[in-house]
Amino acid sequence: MLAQTARSFAVAVALVVCAALPAAAQQVVKLAYIDPLSGPFANVGESGFKHFQFVIDDINRRNLAGGFKLEVVGFDNKVSPQESLTQLKKVIDDDLRYVIQGNGSSVALALADAIQKHNDRDPGHEILYLNYAAVDPDLTNSKCTFWHFRFDANSDMKMEALTSFLAQDKGIKKVYLINQNYSFGQAVARAARADLGRKRPDVQIVGDDLHPLGQVKDFAPYVAKIKAAGADTVITGNWGNDMTLLVKAAKDAGLDVTFYTYYAGGLGTPTAMGDAAVGHVKQITEWHLNLPTKETDRLAQEFKKKYNIDWYYGRVATAMYMLAEAMKRAKSAEPVAVAKALEGMRFQTELGEVEMRAADHQLIQPLFISTIERSAANGGPKEVKYDVENTGLGFKTDARIEASVSAQPTSCQMKRP
Amino acid sequence: MEFFLVTLLNGVSYGLLLFMLSSGLTLIFSMMGVLNFAHASFYMLGAYFAYSISTRIGFWQALVVAPVAVGAIGMLVERFGLRTVHRYGHVAELLFTFGLAYIIEELVHLVWGRLPVDYRIPAQLDGPLFAIYGTSFPIYRGFMMLVSVTMLAALYLALTRTRIGLVIRAALTHPHMVEALGHDVPRMFMLVFGGGAALAGLAGVIGGNAFVTEPGMAALVGVIVFVVVVVGGMGSLAGAFIASLLIGCLQTFSVALDWSIAGALARLGLQPPPGLLVTELFGITVSQAAPVLPYLLMVLVLILRPRGIMGTREA
Repeated sequence: MLAQTARSFAVAVALVVCAALPAAAQQVVKLAYIDPLSGPFANVGESGFKHFQFVIDDINRRNLAGGFKLEVVGFDNKVSPQESLTQLKKVIDDDLRYVIQGNGSSVALALADAIQKHNDRDPGHEILYLNYAAVDPDLTNSKCTFWHFRFDANSDMKMEALTSFLAQDKGIKKVYLINQNYSFGQAVARAARADLGRKRPDVQIVGDDLHPLGQVKDFAPYVAKIKAAGADTVITGNWGNDMTLLVKAAKDAGLDVTFYTYYAGGLGTPTAMGDAAVGHVKQITEWHLNLPTKETDRLAQEFKKKYNIDWYYGRVATAMYMLAEAMKRAKSAEPVAVAKALEGMRFQTELGEVEMRAADHQLIQPLFISTIERSAANGGPKEVKYDVENTGLGFKTDARIEASVSAQPTSCQMKRP
Repeated sequence: MEFFLVTLLNGVSYGLLLFMLSSGLTLIFSMMGVLNFAHASFYMLGAYFAYSISTRIGFWQALVVAPVAVGAIGMLVERFGLRTVHRYGHVAELLFTFGLAYIIEELVHLVWGRLPVDYRIPAQLDGPLFAIYGTSFPIYRGFMMLVSVTMLAALYLALTRTRIGLVIRAALTHPHMVEALGHDVPRMFMLVFGGGAALAGLAGVIGGNAFVTEPGMAALVGVIVFVVVVVGGMGSLAGAFIASLLIGCLQTFSVALDWSIAGALARLGLQPPPGLLVTELFGITVSQAAPVLPYLLMVLVLILRPRGIMGTREA
């Protein structure tokens, strides 16, 4: 008798719980973060993960996603395209509908292709791919797909912005190009040549070097080559150790050139470059710590207090807030609806209006050129309020490049669902 | 002329750093037949110890203490690790050092984190030493060369003028005979392994602040050291010296050469045969291939002269 009552009671409880569960589960949208969480680039991947987590906490707290709660889950890909596809299978098996990735255009191209194929074969279980850092132009041109959204200016756009600033400096006569020898580095070199040829045909390109990625320890021979060519400016897309060692070698040899870079502010690079870089190294980014953005500054300070890492990816905040807004407008977390709401969206940020261009799913946003200087507390200019990585060095804005200037025409012909 | 001189200086200083690294490996490899995959890890440990010591005490103290510490670790590894594994053969020793390299890397991650650390050149050594036609040669490179040459001289004197050096030299080419003569070969192995590790540690102290000190540094430098040892020949320090200088200069000079097969053909007025692969291949310039050239050299040496430049013992 007692056992029978207990059993029916248990069944009743189970039924109630089962009825309640779907209603609760519906509200949480999981985002799969496929980036390196181990191996040589683990630090970059982990930093990115923490950026997303932090913004998502803010979105959940302020309920900006129209009733949906966001959650980010990490999947380690070790910056390998094969490993990324394995992780994508796991993502599909776990029925996660959003993928976030940024480190490595090789991975990005593999993922975009795989996700397109999956979505074609499995309608109703589509996956949306949010790209926050892979800048190969092909992803929004020849290899574009409806399911991919890019929140970082692609490498052609960055070069367009960089050269429009550079072109105004009449003192520049000879430019040297040095890049890593893979798709991204080659794209940078190609774009630099094309843009300079168009805007400053009088500027001579005295060298164009491609070196293996992450292999060169001693940049002294390259620096000697730059010196022998008589360059006064160096344009490089180098990142990580390739960037730091290049600047160190230039300082050692007493090479007096200005470096125009994409990633001089990247994780670990300011620490390793040190005083060698002051006044000589410029970068082009969508955000840096010393821009007049009160809200993002507050975010950055809280982030630093929590994780002891500098806030670096301004675009992660833009991406997540736009995603939340898209879910709110679409009143759904289904990728098709969210994608339709996201494309063409104009969003107001502290730095101005940004637009997710519908034609190719490329975010058009203002870009900033900044130079690394000593922070105000360290004897530098007063605009350099915050330093990076506790080095006593920070970035000082040189120019703002409006969104319309960097926007590029696109050859994208995407198939829409 | 300026370019040639500057590049020569750069090549020689880089080669001497390579020699500092590979001398220890040559000694270990020649004497014990152990291919020490963890050698570059000792280099990394030397750099990290020097970073910790130099930020707390000073660089000069680090210069002395860090190699000794790394040497001590090397001796412990040999005594409690390699000696046990030795009886299972060369493959087992190889796997052991391979695993050791991973362990050391993870320990470095745990203690110092995954990001590069701010190991700086001391202020007295920072700056130009002299200028050649407008390019300055940094003091620190000169210091690197000085330490390398001093170490080479000390090693040479130790090996030729001391009794233990005599025994070690004998063991380099005839280890079994030396054992048969009654010398304590295991203790000598321990000393040599520790000494080799200390040399790698010293290279780390010197090289860690010139090049970035980060957990991936061992992997980057590890392979080129093997190339030096193979090209120089087993059992020969002089061979390692020549090979390091050769490879240092090869890598440095080839960066300057923008020749390619396609360019050479164009000079002769010929068209390369059609085909995408061919165009890609023929378009590669020597400067793009520069970091690969040492490995090409190694392959050629293995095919044409497996003994190496001055090898005195069969591989």
